[in-house]
Amino acid sequence: MTLADIIQQLELTPLTRPQDYGALAPTAGYASDLLSCVMAAAPRGGIWVTLQAHTNIVAVAALLDLCAVIVTEGAEPDPSTIEKANEEGVILLSTPRSTFEVVGRLWEMGLRAP
Amino acid sequence: MEPTTNSTDPERTITDQQAHAITRVEELAYELRVQEVMTREIKALSPDLPMSAALEVFRVNRISGAPILENGKLVGVISLEDLIRCMAANDLDAKVEKYMSRKLVTVRCTDPVVEALKLFVDTRHGRLPVLDEQTGQLVGILTKGDITLGLLNALQRDYQAEELRRYRASHLFEDIISDRTSLILRYSIRQGDFTAGGAASSFIKRALLRLGATPQIARRCGIAAYEAEMNLIIHTTNGGMLRVEIEPHQITMDAYDDGPGIKDIELAMRPGYSTASEQVRELGFGAGMGLVNIQRCVDNMQLESTWGKGTRLRMKIFLPKEKDSPTKAAGTNKEATSP
Repeated sequence: MTLADIIQQLELTPLTRPQDYGALAPTAGYASDLLSCVMAAAPRGGIWVTLQAHTNIVAVAALLDLCAVIVTEGAEPDPSTIEKANEEGVILLSTPRSTFEVVGRLWEMGLRAP
Repeated sequence: MEPTTNSTDPERTITDQQAHAITRVEELAYELRVQEVMTREIKALSPDLPMSAALEVFRVNRISGAPILENGKLVGVISLEDLIRCMAANDLDAKVEKYMSRKLVTVRCTDPVVEALKLFVDTRHGRLPVLDEQTGQLVGILTKGDITLGLLNALQRDYQAEELRRYRASHLFEDIISDRTSLILRYSIRQGDFTAGGAASSFIKRALLRLGATPQIARRCGIAAYEAEMNLIIHTTNGGMLRVEIEPHQITMDAYDDGPGIKDIELAMRPGYSTASEQVRELGFGAGMGLVNIQRCVDNMQLESTWGKGTRLRMKIFLPKEKDSPTKAAGTNKEATSP
């Protein structure tokens, strides 16, 4: 399963500059809105699902070498956050769905916990 | 090209976003000069040669075009198309000057490659004679293939230069001899500056990777530095300093501030305990896991604090000695990724 499949099936909206999503295969998934928990448990190359949309999610994703961050419930990162994500090569994806639904669908697609 | 359509107007200023999208190849097309990519071995013909001789030159040299020189001066160009016209007319005994094209489209050797690319597109020519800027003499021939090859070579050189920089950085500690060599990075962290949160730790992680650290070591240091950095942002009165000392055998990271200090260190170390405000918690901080995370990522952690005076957090990661580069070693069994 590639990130391209996930973006297509979950109808996610990329917020950052397009990349070759077909070449990226997420290793596992993790969901939390507490950054220290993410720091502790999100796997390298994994997908992080969160409601947080402020600029610190970029630093967390970059430090952990995450594959992508899915921002749920239509929360909108501000332009400076998106710009920072572009600089750091972090992929931000947006969806109006809830974290619960996104995680459920990812699990259905075969993505598992680390 | 319609001047009214915005997308094709060459004069329009590009946006930042577009500027980001400009590839290295596009940059190179402006940086590289024609003389750096052109072919210097010229198979030139004379205008009074018979077309049959031109055909032979094309066949033997596997080329599809040639410049025509008369007394050292460029007077025309002959292409495969001209040869085909000649053969269709069964006229191979005719002189080259009868079939050559006299409309000369040339580039100067100091022109940027992008100018030549434009000419290729505009004129649909397969090759362009290259003239010396001062003398006007023919000095080379340029085809699209030459440009492709030139760009590839330039990209290769870029890549090698980057490799060299990486190599130099990762051998820093071997090249510099002293009784004890260390590299110190200092970052001052401002209280309450959530926007900059994680910037210092990102720089630290990048520096370590550049110095040849394994991704595991860089990740462990990055996570520990991030938590320490956020603690300075969230919990201090006046912010603080993050100091990283890199040595061949260890990485020492110190986070220190001048207050307010921690009242009960034992309590602060307990997973889930946090004194963060509701406002900070809404941002996703204050889970009470920061110090716990740090302890998991580093080999040695010391926390000293005096209420009213300040806090000093010292974190050490040891690097096994046997490997060739100080930070290259795989590190201990501590793994930041384990859940």
